[in-house]
Amino acid sequence: MKPRSHEPIFWSLFGGGGMLAALVGPILVLIVGLLVPMGMGFGPDAMGYEQMRALLGHPLVGFGLAILIALFFFHAAHRILHTLHDLGVHATPRLKQICYGSAVGGSALAVLVALVLVVRA
Amino acid sequence: MTQTRTIIIECLRFHPETDEAPYYQSYEVPFTAEMSVLEGLQYIKDHLDGTLTFRWSCRMAICGSCGCMVNNEPVLSCQTFLRDYHPSRIRVEPLAHFPILRDLTIDQTDFLAKLESVHPYLIPSADDDPGDQPRNQTPDQIQDYLGYAQCINCLLCYAACPQYGLNEAFTGPAALALLHRYNADSRDAGKAQRMDVINAEEGVWGCTLVGECSEVCPKHVDPARAINQNKIVSTQDYFLRFLKPRGRR
Repeated sequence: MKPRSHEPIFWSLFGGGGMLAALVGPILVLIVGLLVPMGMGFGPDAMGYEQMRALLGHPLVGFGLAILIALFFFHAAHRILHTLHDLGVHATPRLKQICYGSAVGGSALAVLVALVLVVRA
Repeated sequence: MTQTRTIIIECLRFHPETDEAPYYQSYEVPFTAEMSVLEGLQYIKDHLDGTLTFRWSCRMAICGSCGCMVNNEPVLSCQTFLRDYHPSRIRVEPLAHFPILRDLTIDQTDFLAKLESVHPYLIPSADDDPGDQPRNQTPDQIQDYLGYAQCINCLLCYAACPQYGLNEAFTGPAALALLHRYNADSRDAGKAQRMDVINAEEGVWGCTLVGECSEVCPKHVDPARAINQNKIVSTQDYFLRFLKPRGRR
């Protein structure tokens, strides 16, 4: 009997990040890149510091964004690991540690920043 | 139109008992518009060089014997036509990623072992024996597996799969598609026996959804879809096993 792969953990995080990137990415580009600069549907201060700071201070927004960023990190780590494999750099335990370790580090940082923003709101 | 033209077919030749390395040999083959690459090879064997070795049987994309690389693409040589390449020459090689037995014939041993490992047959439940009555299925139940049942084991998908090329331990597209074909059949109760193959690193997790298998499949089986569906199955099994009673994990 072949041993069970632990890939489902990383594939789930990868899939979650990919799905959210596809869902949230275009909306963010639309709002931040087009609607706000062109003043369509948003006031001139919509992206101002005070507005944004207050928004991120809300636990749902702050931690929601941190989780989103964490999933993006895991998506990227998984994609990079598998692309390297395709390019002939095969996934050694060391390489996995570097890829997923970076994602864990980035995620921890995102949660920490969210915590600070929410607590000091 | 029966006008005869000439095309150069460049074949990979290799006789492991006498040749140190594979080499290419070119043949000038007269052809008409309706001639396939397979018929070109048969012309060579009948008229130019009787030692050229290749597999074929049905000539109509059913048997899956005549797969080979034509200009680096895995195809069935019986449904690939010389007219589409003329006036350029064509290069015919054995299917990529497999050991060569001789010339264009490959050794399928590795695939056959993998095919066997997925239990590619209906495993009915012991307490669901219809006796001598037919086991009826609705059209929907048939559609669940019919597409995957079209596989002819031609191995074009293995030649196209970069992951199989990098790691031959990977169970591969056709075997996993056939695994899914039986799992998706309402008459089958053998999922548990196939779970080990799905869950292994060499099972569905050896796939990175390049999708070339589905591109080259002459029967439109879509192995990439079958494999990706089973990544979800494997993920559910991975996490939900903790909810199952002990001893059944």
